[in-house]
Amino acid sequence: MKLINYRPLNQDIYSPFDRLHSLRDLFDSAFALASQESRLRPGTWNPALDIYENDSSLFVEVELPGMKKEDFDISLEDDVLTVSGQRSQENENRSGESFRSERVFGQFRRSFTLPVAVQAEAVKAAYQDGVLRIELPKAEEAKPRKIEVGIA
Amino acid sequence: MTQILHPTQRDGVPATQTAAQPRALHYSKPPVHLQQTADGYTLEVELPGITKSSLELTVEDGQLTILGHRSADDESPKTVRYWHQERGPGNFKRVFDLDPAIDASSISASIEQGLLTIRLPKAEAHQPRKIEVK
Repeated sequence: MKLINYRPLNQDIYSPFDRLHSLRDLFDSAFALASQESRLRPGTWNPALDIYENDSSLFVEVELPGMKKEDFDISLEDDVLTVSGQRSQENENRSGESFRSERVFGQFRRSFTLPVAVQAEAVKAAYQDGVLRIELPKAEEAKPRKIEVGIA
Repeated sequence: MTQILHPTQRDGVPATQTAAQPRALHYSKPPVHLQQTADGYTLEVELPGITKSSLELTVEDGQLTILGHRSADDESPKTVRYWHQERGPGNFKRVFDLDPAIDASSISASIEQGLLTIRLPKAEAHQPRKIEVK
């Protein structure tokens, strides 16, 4: 399965499947299914993310402009990394009429299985210029290792 | 459960250029929120990864142009391997035709955590004005 990146163009479109989404949620909670993929629920959005690595660490960058670091959460459980949070509209600025509303708000949740083993206690994250950058140092066994060739 | 199978062998970010190559940049169109109040407009533009120094705002002939360039990554392209890429090259461009009522000389802007907020006040003459009856 691949990561899903769905960017809804206009959250104002009424979806006739609204009820179906909530029915599915009902079953999910009844069976306590761990949600590993972000779903297309109304009121949710998927921020874009990149995953890349160099020899020593794995990096995850998530585009989350206009937020505060208290508004999102990063968790690592076994080898699954989850970034979730909520972006709300700042209501004190919304006194006029809106002309064009392309920004999305609401809850988001992206989670995926890490492709390499990492040192969980050494994970660092920084939020700068609207980009959340998570650095996950690789576990020793996941780093590339030089193998000495001896002459027998 | 989502699973990532293998990294692509592609090196680094497509928009990174060396000095010898001409810049052939790809621009994404950033999402905006535009609001009108009695005395002007407020425009919010999402520009993740853009700082004050990599941002260019110009007003010319009644058009506002917003340009943001992603600064060269500190990771050199050769040492980075991508597992998954959804972010674009990171350069943004958007052009707006301005309402003639806007006073171009008093446009102000600030950027915080990748969110650019531009205030475009209408010129005094165009603002609703109460008229005192003596």
